[in-house]
Amino acid sequence: MTDINLSPLWLSFQTAAIATVIVFVIGVFFARLLARNSFPGKSIVEAFFLLPLVLPPTVVGFGLLYLFGKNGLLGKFLMKWFDFQVVFSWYAVIVAAVVVSFPLMYQSASTAFQQYDLRIENAAYTMGASKWKVFWTISFPLAWPGLIAGLVLSFARALGEFGATLMLAGYIPNVTDTIPLAIYFAVESGNMEQATFWVVVIIALGFSAILWLNWWNKRNRMRYTKQRND
Amino acid sequence: MLAVDIRKKLEHFELSSTFKIQQHEIVVLFGPSGSGKTTILNCISGLTKPTAGTIQLNNLLLFDSKKVNVPIQKRNIAYLFQDYALFPHMTVWKNITYGMNNEHIAKELIQQLGIKHLVTRYPHEISGGEKQRVAIVRALATEPDLLLLDEPFSALDETTRSKSHDELLRLHNLWQIPILLVTHSHSEAEKLGDRILYINNGKLTS
Repeated sequence: MTDINLSPLWLSFQTAAIATVIVFVIGVFFARLLARNSFPGKSIVEAFFLLPLVLPPTVVGFGLLYLFGKNGLLGKFLMKWFDFQVVFSWYAVIVAAVVVSFPLMYQSASTAFQQYDLRIENAAYTMGASKWKVFWTISFPLAWPGLIAGLVLSFARALGEFGATLMLAGYIPNVTDTIPLAIYFAVESGNMEQATFWVVVIIALGFSAILWLNWWNKRNRMRYTKQRND
Repeated sequence: MLAVDIRKKLEHFELSSTFKIQQHEIVVLFGPSGSGKTTILNCISGLTKPTAGTIQLNNLLLFDSKKVNVPIQKRNIAYLFQDYALFPHMTVWKNITYGMNNEHIAKELIQQLGIKHLVTRYPHEISGGEKQRVAIVRALATEPDLLLLDEPFSALDETTRSKSHDELLRLHNLWQIPILLVTHSHSEAEKLGDRILYINNGKLTS
């Protein structure tokens, strides 16, 4: 284990972190928007949001390639106006991670925004608070435990993304070689030692994420109900 | 003065009620569960929109079908929910000052209701009776023009309830704002109400 290139670790962390921030913002936005509203077609929109959860990652990758490719809808636009190509770049890793981890964030946030009593928000409105103030002082803090759970799940999912990343970003050493890709190509080239190293790293990360998540959920179930000791 | 004349389509019947509350009055809305009492409070507070009619508070037209619908935040109506809806993640003091305009008034109310020792506590650390007093202080700290109470005593034990009744009457004497109170206890209605409005299936019957 002397000459293992640690760039996949750094790259995975970097792209997963950026993807998680993006997913957090859009996930929270859409979840809050849809959580307490009903409109015709809502279940269709939600099904669309959750689709990456059940589709094979290759299908997600295919869709993204279709969208961001040279002749794709977004690809053409970005090329024409910004001279910018997503496919086979560092950005592609992020885009793939965002799409596959979004459903997890959306689901967690959606549940979190439906869990507290709606009357708490209504009480704040009757006290003259604006929608913005109610969101930041009431909705967001009350949903926070669920949002954090979604954040960790999304990060873990982004870290483990393989199929869509390979389709959209390809395997370019030091540019798009995240840990899951590094494992695949290490095995391909018979470098079992390196593959084992990354496998252990990713299992340790996933395991800690789940351990932490369970502890956090248990702690927050007792929040506001049990006597505080601090 | 509050003047209400509203209609609202509900699942099983159409709510239709017309009544007035004078400045110094406590009016009780009395009726069985599901008769539309809470819906009336929700319409007045702005949480629900009536199908038709008008709502006027003092000189301000709050609602006039299709033309006027003053947003909840601008109505200056305090609403005490059945389970008080205190903000669980804020201390009693933070709860009370959330919508207050004048710290002096908030402090005076805290004094009047004897909850000064509770201000640093969280809602889950205080009793039901204390929660109710906090909720009343929080509601009055916004200096409202009208106070809506949705079964505010139903979660309290017998002794606390009777004490709370007296407290409400005392506060009303001090504050002199119209109060609309929903209850399904007849003795409570008789004790507190200057006037009782009987409601059944969305219609006022008295």
